[in-house]
Amino acid sequence: MTIEARNSPAPVRSYWGITWRRFRTHRLGMVGLCVVAVLFLVAFLSPILANEQPILCRFDGGFYYPAVVDLIHQVPGTSLIIKKQRPYRLATFDFKREFDPERGDWALWTPVRYGPREIAAEPLAGPSSRHWLGTDQSGRDVLSRMVHGTVVSMKVGFLSMGIAVILGLVLGCIAGYAGGAADLVISRFIEVVMCFPPFFLILAVLAWFPPSIENVMIVIGLTRWVGIARFARGEILRIRETDYALAARSLGVKPAQLVLRHLLPNALAPVLVSVTFGIAVSILIEAGLSWLGFGVQPPDASWGTILRSGYENLFTAGHMIPPACVAIFLAVLSFNLVGDTLRDVIDPRLQAERA
Amino acid sequence: MLSYILRRLVTGLVTLLGISVISFFIIQLVPGDPAQIQTSQIADAAVSERVYQQLRELYGLDKPIPVQYANWVGKLVVGDLGSSFHDGRRVSAKIGEALWPTLSVALLSFMLTLIISTPIGIYSALRQGGGFDRSVSTGLYMLYSVPNYVAGMLLILYLGVKWDLLPFRGMRSDGYDEMTTLGQMWDLAQHYVLITFCFTFGNLAYYSRFIRQNLLEVVRQDYIRTARAKGLGEQSVVLKHAFTNSLIPLISLIGLTFPFVLSGSVILEYMFNWPGLGRLYFESVLQRDYPTIMALNFITALLVLGITFIADLTYGLVDPRISYEK
Repeated sequence: MTIEARNSPAPVRSYWGITWRRFRTHRLGMVGLCVVAVLFLVAFLSPILANEQPILCRFDGGFYYPAVVDLIHQVPGTSLIIKKQRPYRLATFDFKREFDPERGDWALWTPVRYGPREIAAEPLAGPSSRHWLGTDQSGRDVLSRMVHGTVVSMKVGFLSMGIAVILGLVLGCIAGYAGGAADLVISRFIEVVMCFPPFFLILAVLAWFPPSIENVMIVIGLTRWVGIARFARGEILRIRETDYALAARSLGVKPAQLVLRHLLPNALAPVLVSVTFGIAVSILIEAGLSWLGFGVQPPDASWGTILRSGYENLFTAGHMIPPACVAIFLAVLSFNLVGDTLRDVIDPRLQAERA
Repeated sequence: MLSYILRRLVTGLVTLLGISVISFFIIQLVPGDPAQIQTSQIADAAVSERVYQQLRELYGLDKPIPVQYANWVGKLVVGDLGSSFHDGRRVSAKIGEALWPTLSVALLSFMLTLIISTPIGIYSALRQGGGFDRSVSTGLYMLYSVPNYVAGMLLILYLGVKWDLLPFRGMRSDGYDEMTTLGQMWDLAQHYVLITFCFTFGNLAYYSRFIRQNLLEVVRQDYIRTARAKGLGEQSVVLKHAFTNSLIPLISLIGLTFPFVLSGSVILEYMFNWPGLGRLYFESVLQRDYPTIMALNFITALLVLGITFIADLTYGLVDPRISYEK
């Protein structure tokens, strides 16, 4: 720090503001963050990126926007308020067959004109100008399935870690702050869970629930909280002895408020790092489980199921394997990059070394 | 020291008991018991029901769960893991068969990891921040982010199918028995290449970084300065004084990761049709083969606990500053 910098009144910045400023100086971390943002966008916009129904069209004299309605339906609860227009709502309605330019019909198609479940062409066809990544064993467009597989990966990554964070923070805080018998029981329980190889536990539990994406999320969340709980416990143990914790306590702040307002916010940074890595691991586990047949069930699309179709048709249709591999790799790499950068940024010891 | 060992043994036993209880109950809660799966093919409902009841009796599933658990523990104490519900073979024999394929790949992969990552780690530490250090660590980092089954799929697709260079199904080719001894060895070796690579490459980044980091910490110590001041050559300082002292955490790292490697990778073994522990576990779950699942869970937990315990003890042996008295 230079002398001028020390003398000029520096604007007050929040902890997260400082962290973000430091984060921006790491090139690889920013690249990772951009890839994460793109994946997120692809997932959210998937209905207007790949859909068998158009974004906007004129059909038999009326205007329709079925893909946009699909997009709005991505937000939970909206399907109760906004419904798809009449013919598009029906499962039997096939716009592509009914489409008749002589009647004055026209359509603004999505970039990929095929839905993830639509049987669009010959099965196991290689990449072509119509199907950029080819088709799978049922004749569904692989690119469209990849786009919609992103939704599964992002959902699983974020929601399963959400479950893990809530569980881990609650149990970790109780163990760290209450100590005594509660700490003993929780720590022992954490140790028990850690002794199972994670994949074994997931398989054992999944054999119990019927395979579906929701159950995969819950199971991953239920098995991944231990690391977060251990982190949180350690941090709370450390912070509760600091002077400001003591000050808050002597002011008569109640335990619950002390933990939530004073201790937890200061314990969040390391937890955030492990959450970022956890998302990468969850995405990996979901794809692996779907590959094994325990996760997302056909005809729904996921990177893991696409990889599985490729594996089952190795000799005739290898074209499905590389795209799914690249997607999984990119997702894992970018979350790892973000996590690594975050760890560097918030570790004060490393900051001292860099300066 | 003795009281510490005793305390650890007791808590370890409690943890082990907890693990076995939890896995026993989870398994029992899974809908569809083995008797049901095995009788699902019988068309005649009455016969199916009779056989179902007989099987339940045979497997002891008709008794209450706590009684079943007590029976299981009673047998375990005398070293009996029971018989498989699926094919009636001894569980110990099934595990023994699957152990070698998994163990051999794990050992091979560990050896390769150490042989490759040790020189990389040492060299990177010596040339810290140099071109070699940065390019190798970036390259290894990318590799580290390739999930092993993703690499497995790509290797199978390109090396196995498209270019037809290496086999990727199982441990032996068809007609293995007719080959000469030399041919058999060559065949076996070929089958090991891809799966061993998949188990190894991800560890390279982790281990070389670990070795580099430890060496960097050791190099800052006073005794290294002393060694240099004595006029020892750089090679002797690094290899004899620094590297040997950075080995201790490495050994504990190996100890901590080994139980998980031993349990095998379900996906990789399934992908390569490898007859190891991971695949055995997967198949046992599908077949609801309770004794095999329980035995595998129990053995893994035992290994994790045992090795953590040994690692904690060796810390004390290696570093006299660590005290076990409370």
